[in-house]
Amino acid sequence: MAVKFDIQNLNAWFGSMHVLKNINMKIEENAVTAIIGPSGSGKTTFLRCLNRMHEITPGARVSGKVLFNGINIYDDGVDPVMIRRKIGMVFQKPNPFPMMSIYDNVAVGLKLNGIRDKKILDAAVRRSLELANLWDEVKGALNKSGASLSGGQQQRLCIARALAVEPEVLLMDEPTSALDPIAAAKIEALIRKLAKNYTVVIVTHNMQQAARVSDYTAFFYLGELIEYGPTKQIFENPKHELTKRYITGEFG
Amino acid sequence: MDHYKFRVVKNHLVQFLVYLALFLALVPLFSILYEVVVRGFSTISIEFFIKPTPTVGEVGGGVANAIQGTLITIGLASLIGVPIGLMSGIFLSEYGESKLSVVVRFLHDVLMGIPSIVIGVFAYALITLSIGFSVIAAAFALSVIMIPIVTRTTEEALKLVPMSIREAAIALGIPRWKATVTVVFSGAKKAIVTGLLLSIARIAGESAPVLVTMGFWRWWFAGFDRPVANLALDIFIFAMSPFKNWLTLAWGSALVLILLVLGISVAARVLTKGRY
Ligand SMILES: Nc1ncnc2c1ncn2[C@@H]1O[C@H](COP(=O)(O)OP(=O)(O)O)[C@@H](O)[C@H]1O
Ligand SMILES: [Mg+2]
Repeated sequence: MAVKFDIQNLNAWFGSMHVLKNINMKIEENAVTAIIGPSGSGKTTFLRCLNRMHEITPGARVSGKVLFNGINIYDDGVDPVMIRRKIGMVFQKPNPFPMMSIYDNVAVGLKLNGIRDKKILDAAVRRSLELANLWDEVKGALNKSGASLSGGQQQRLCIARALAVEPEVLLMDEPTSALDPIAAAKIEALIRKLAKNYTVVIVTHNMQQAARVSDYTAFFYLGELIEYGPTKQIFENPKHELTKRYITGEFG
Repeated sequence: MDHYKFRVVKNHLVQFLVYLALFLALVPLFSILYEVVVRGFSTISIEFFIKPTPTVGEVGGGVANAIQGTLITIGLASLIGVPIGLMSGIFLSEYGESKLSVVVRFLHDVLMGIPSIVIGVFAYALITLSIGFSVIAAAFALSVIMIPIVTRTTEEALKLVPMSIREAAIALGIPRWKATVTVVFSGAKKAIVTGLLLSIARIAGESAPVLVTMGFWRWWFAGFDRPVANLALDIFIFAMSPFKNWLTLAWGSALVLILLVLGISVAARVLTKGRY
């Protein structure tokens, strides 16, 4: 397997609160890895450590290594801005830029990175919206506000926005938790499609979702990685007692 | 039942008092506007807009030089005050709480409370004493009045932009400062522009610091190290004078000043009118 992330002894803190404890795991390239676990177990924090978003919270701190394509993203001299460009993120609540059109929401990442050529921007907007399965729904309304879309469309717009800067990885933090089941199903189908060319790491509260979309599943509990393996094995034959209890819905 | 009736009566009474207060607040506003418009309007002619201040005894004349001078003064003051105010607003909102930010915020509060004449005297001591009565000195004084207003409104406007918008921008691989001046600013644009307008309207109406730093000037712009005419100060000087022609010009100037402030505010509204 091609390793996209090799995480070694990763620890994270908020002030003096130790929220991730010595995480070691490898994440496979062009596959979907699901992070499951009860609320407060550090799933969001873990995801934000993979693209250096954790450190923008005042008082937040990280130790250990995250090798991305073999390079430690926490090495001195690594620019977090470049890391975030390669490792895109989709948030729990759809957050399109409210004052911008659909077009600008997708184009803004490129524009702010200095791309001015209208042809290139048009092509990138179309390609990203097509990738996000949104093009057909919005192609006649690219100048409308991103906020005018439905929740599910907004979330796909956010995915298109992340894809526009051509990342290699998409980190998704409970991307369907604010959506209805039909909108959620569309996003799940999209995730499967994207996994052909992107590495996807998805945090989810929904065990069926993890089982449906992911190739690998990691179970986090109280800041520790309890069990990690192929999704089928985790759900059908968990090795750890805690994992078994969590996936059978005994707590959560 | 009695309780209910009592409540209904109380409700009506409070409602009446609220409307009464509203009415009392609006009476002076409309009577000022009415007076200025009626009296000012009769003085207005083409000549009024193209001629400078008349000398004593001269008939006619206008306030063209004061319009020019006021625009130059406001423009210069904004050139100094707006960038500094915006930057410190960004600093206070975007760079977290620190000892420095507490001090900066406190200083702005103090600055906002200082009477404008004191700021005028400060600018007099700092600039007028060395280069003489000049538009530079006046613009400096007015910029000091602007800065805390711009800072505070910018800070408040930026703080209203949800954190999730900043995070979305940063996660796109946009450097933090760029995210602030583009994505975050676009979300706060209207409120920030409103703050700028308030500060411009405020300094357009200041006369005391202008008097101290630049003085009364009857001519056109003659260099940045010389004074320029100023509408607010003209109103004061004209109104205090015993000359009939100047007294009418005072009303005309007042009307122009009000229209100028109104115009700036309408223009900015139109310019920042988002499509959404
Ligand atoms: N901004 C923050 N400041 C302080 N503590 C936080 C912050 N965000 C999360 N935490 C704490 O860190 C722990 C892990 O949170 P999180 O990673 O959000 O868990 P999950 O996503 O699994 O629900 C929780 O105890 C939470 O209270
Ligand atoms: Mg979470």
